Amino acid sequence: MRSPKLLRHAWAVASKDLLVEFRSRTAILSAAVFVVLVLVVFNFGRDPTAVSNVDLAPSILWVTFTFAAILALNRAFQLELENQSLDGLLLAPIERSSIYLGKLIANLVFVALFFNVPVLPYLVPLMALIALATVGFVAVGTLFSAMTVRTRFAELLLPVLLLPFMIPPLSWAVLATGRLLAGRPLSEIVGWLNMLAVYDIVFVTLAIFLFPATVNE
Amino acid sequence: MRMLRVGRWITAIGLVLLASVYVRALSFTPIEQSQGLAQKIFYLHVPAAIWAEMAMILVGLSSIFYLFTKDPRLDRFAASSAEVGTIFCAIVLTTGPIWGKPIWGTWWTWDARLTFTLFLFLLYVGYLLLRSAVPDPAMRARYAAVLGICGMCEVPFIHLSVYMFPTLHPMPIVLQPGRPKLPGSMLTTWLLSLGVFTLLYLGFVVQRYALSYLREQLEAVGEVGHA
Repeated sequence: MRSPKLLRHAWAVASKDLLVEFRSRTAILSAAVFVVLVLVVFNFGRDPTAVSNVDLAPSILWVTFTFAAILALNRAFQLELENQSLDGLLLAPIERSSIYLGKLIANLVFVALFFNVPVLPYLVPLMALIALATVGFVAVGTLFSAMTVRTRFAELLLPVLLLPFMIPPLSWAVLATGRLLAGRPLSEIVGWLNMLAVYDIVFVTLAIFLFPATVNE
Repeated sequence: MRMLRVGRWITAIGLVLLASVYVRALSFTPIEQSQGLAQKIFYLHVPAAIWAEMAMILVGLSSIFYLFTKDPRLDRFAASSAEVGTIFCAIVLTTGPIWGKPIWGTWWTWDARLTFTLFLFLLYVGYLLLRSAVPDPAMRARYAAVLGICGMCEVPFIHLSVYMFPTLHPMPIVLQPGRPKLPGSMLTTWLLSLGVFTLLYLGFVVQRYALSYLREQLEAVGEVGHA
């Protein structure tokens, strides 16, 4: 049937991207340096006697996350434009949606790899929260980066386009993270998690349908 | 061109009627008990907000049909509607703080409804920026359509935000389940204002559509470069 093939092709695209990354390590290194920089800046930008760590943690987490994700997303299709390899990818006998899914998976792995590590890995709900919020905006971001790489000011345009789509899941995630880190019961954040899930479903579906329109000639 | 003239007439009639809505709202509509005169801005704020959201939905709908038919008229309409929507959204974002200062005591608060309206505005700005960043017309139309459809899907999240979050913003009193919770004379003024804003939206879009058509004609004969 169609869907297993779709996923297999998507996986092929994703593993290609991940292999390129693990061989060259440009994105991982630059994002790691970026995270360290943000943490350092935050350290000096706050008054430790006035704001406690727990209060600040959600904002540091999500600010770092957002900007590093934008960095990673910008790269997704930039890579393919060099040597016109996007044309090669488009000529391959696979569905356009599977290229999108592949890119989505690769981007998710990038974003997840960098930032799940410092975040208290023993908290399962926090992981679920990060996963849900990330899927939403990376889905839209992957779609948009396919468009913006071929425009005039790609690096600037992607954040501008993405921001309105990024902040809703982000704001829910920040609120929920705060509650979670403050040790509130899980039932308090189920509403946010549901919202994030709805957002993810809507925009992943939408992006799968719209992606062909961004690459077809 | 006839279309441009029609658009100008509709806009002119709309502006005259807008003045008469002001007159009616200020002199012939009762003053609201708890908010006083500040409540008068409601007759501008809410119709503008409704059309700012409607314009985005129309952009999205015409974008969907554009991707199927590739009809340049639909793309031209989407571009016009987005520009007019930007203006209406700016009206919402300026009348809101003017009301908020006396009532809430602050120009702006990071409340769910306000924030989402700001996003709608940023969405419009992004849409117009994207259009200006793609030189090839067919590609520009496709990219804009993709963004327009995504934008349309965000409108329900924006509109429902007041129901989902604890918010300072007043709950809807006209577009809500059940009968409007508004005295008759206020409702009449409000409906008149909504009609005027509809007329203004139409007039602006028709003018803008005609202008972009003319621009395309000029580009086709090589009179102007790409703007």
